[in-house]
Amino acid sequence: MTAVPAELKYTRDHEWLREEGDGTVTVGITDHAQRQLGELVFVELPEAGSTLAAGQGCAVVESVKAASDVYAPLAGTVTAVNAALEQAPGLVNTSPYGEGWLFRFRPATPAAGLLDGAAYQQLLDAEG
Amino acid sequence: MLPEPVIFEHSRPGRRAPSHAPAAMADLAGLPAAALRRSPPPLPEVSELQVVRHYTRLSQLNFSIDTHFYPLGSCTMKYNPRAANRLAMLPGFLGRHPLGPEEHGQGFLACLYELQEMLKGVTGMTGVSLTPMAGAQGEYAGVAMIRAWHEARGDTARRVIIVPDAAHGTNPATATMCGYEVREIPTDARGDVDLEALRAAVGPDTAGIMLTNPSTLGVFERRIGELAAIVHGAGGLLYYDGANLNAILGRALPATMGFDVVHINLHKTFSTPHGGGGPGAGVVAANARLEPHLPVPIVGLRDGRYAWLTRQERPASIGRLSAFMGNAGILLRAYVYMRMLGAEGMRRVSGHATLNANYLMVRLRGAGFDLAFPQRRASHEFIVTLKGIARETGVTAMDFAKALLDRGFHAPTTYFPLLVPECLLIEPTETESREELDRFIDALVDIRDLARRNAAEVKEAPRTMPVRRLDDVRAAREPDLTWQGRPHPAAR
Repeated sequence: MTAVPAELKYTRDHEWLREEGDGTVTVGITDHAQRQLGELVFVELPEAGSTLAAGQGCAVVESVKAASDVYAPLAGTVTAVNAALEQAPGLVNTSPYGEGWLFRFRPATPAAGLLDGAAYQQLLDAEG
Repeated sequence: MLPEPVIFEHSRPGRRAPSHAPAAMADLAGLPAAALRRSPPPLPEVSELQVVRHYTRLSQLNFSIDTHFYPLGSCTMKYNPRAANRLAMLPGFLGRHPLGPEEHGQGFLACLYELQEMLKGVTGMTGVSLTPMAGAQGEYAGVAMIRAWHEARGDTARRVIIVPDAAHGTNPATATMCGYEVREIPTDARGDVDLEALRAAVGPDTAGIMLTNPSTLGVFERRIGELAAIVHGAGGLLYYDGANLNAILGRALPATMGFDVVHINLHKTFSTPHGGGGPGAGVVAANARLEPHLPVPIVGLRDGRYAWLTRQERPASIGRLSAFMGNAGILLRAYVYMRMLGAEGMRRVSGHATLNANYLMVRLRGAGFDLAFPQRRASHEFIVTLKGIARETGVTAMDFAKALLDRGFHAPTTYFPLLVPECLLIEPTETESREELDRFIDALVDIRDLARRNAAEVKEAPRTMPVRRLDDVRAAREPDLTWQGRPHPAAR
């Protein structure tokens, strides 16, 4: 069964967001997304300190099947990236909500247009 | 089948394969001493019989169109008639030097000129350039021409190329290479471009749209006229990706659909073995609006003589993309193929290609397989989604692909287009017999039934190939491309 933790927020592009309580937000791809992609071989991350526009392609996850863009869910500034993924991109497959996080950023605008766990689950059910 | 070691592993010091019909030794006199080897090169030392067996075994390991049904179709390689290859290899063609004077190559130039004319007929365009040497270069030429046209009019605000989400991955890459931003628009549930999204996406910043028709979803874009009017109305131009030309050959013209520029993969549709990275030919054809910007050189005909037209005659050209005229051998194969078929034969190509695809599609649907677009007629290809079977049994599209190998079939394209989960994109092409198609259907049904009975057995496929499942992750991350074995004694 695909995991959809209730405490996270989601985008329609199958990314998850977690507020860290210090004004930063951690971003990763969902369990559903990693299942669809298959085993990852490379992850390309934004640079810490770079500025993101909402909807901008800011990371790339490449699997044995395809390379896909990860879009910035909100505008903001990148504060940290998960450097471990360079050597071990498979962490995204084994732990999409934990060790497989992609990057952390400080949003410039309040969160908007995000889904809660129940709404994201509905989206997955609708996609079948 | 057993795996075959690399030829260096057959090597033993001093073993030789002298020819029974020795050729004259090359005359080395006059070469500077610094250019002469002091020791023999580290070549494998093997007997003639070992060489024969080694390469024969390698050729037998090849899962090829000469031995197996290959439902990747023209996307990767359809059947290429032997005659096209034989005639393109006539000594007069092979011996011609590209720097030879034009009057010594009038026959060759005549072939290329006639090829240009035939490609105008196939596309409905007014001008053709044969120089791009691959599909990606043809795409680049097409979008660079769109850019040149906007710039020639001083309209520099157009910086966006629109690409549907069903497009080939090369399309956004091409637009980016040409300095454009890419704006993606969605496909609706029936496989057509979402025209409302297109209307919302176009504007004074629209340089153009890149489109494949039929699309990668295996269906014809039914509202292409309306789509073209939206893009042209906003001041943008239409680029046609010719990857799926096999579906419409001799039946529909990209020019009539409203396209301004087309690239054609001669190596897909017009008889060149490829699929291993080339060589190719991604020729471009353009309407009157873009024709002045075609890349040079182009073969012209003046007073009964053929001559290369260069920048001098065509000052608005985007320039040269390759040395000389592109891949001459590929152009000649396409020329021979088109001359053999004629206009009527080309119509039969697309007719049989779509008939075979629709036959497979309808029979697979009858056998209980789910189609990605069940309400649509197939073009030259169609998509089966194995999502339901995967959910029911855990057997995925990749498992089906591997199990097909054991049943004597190359796998169709898997996991593309990305919009359709667990998909097989099946393109039989025009040259397969009904018996072959029936065997393919039986194989898919057999795998599906086995998946329901014993999923683990399907997941163990392939059993009959020289290698089983490959470690795709390791192959991508740690490619091992050179033989690291025992060095030859002479190399020490």
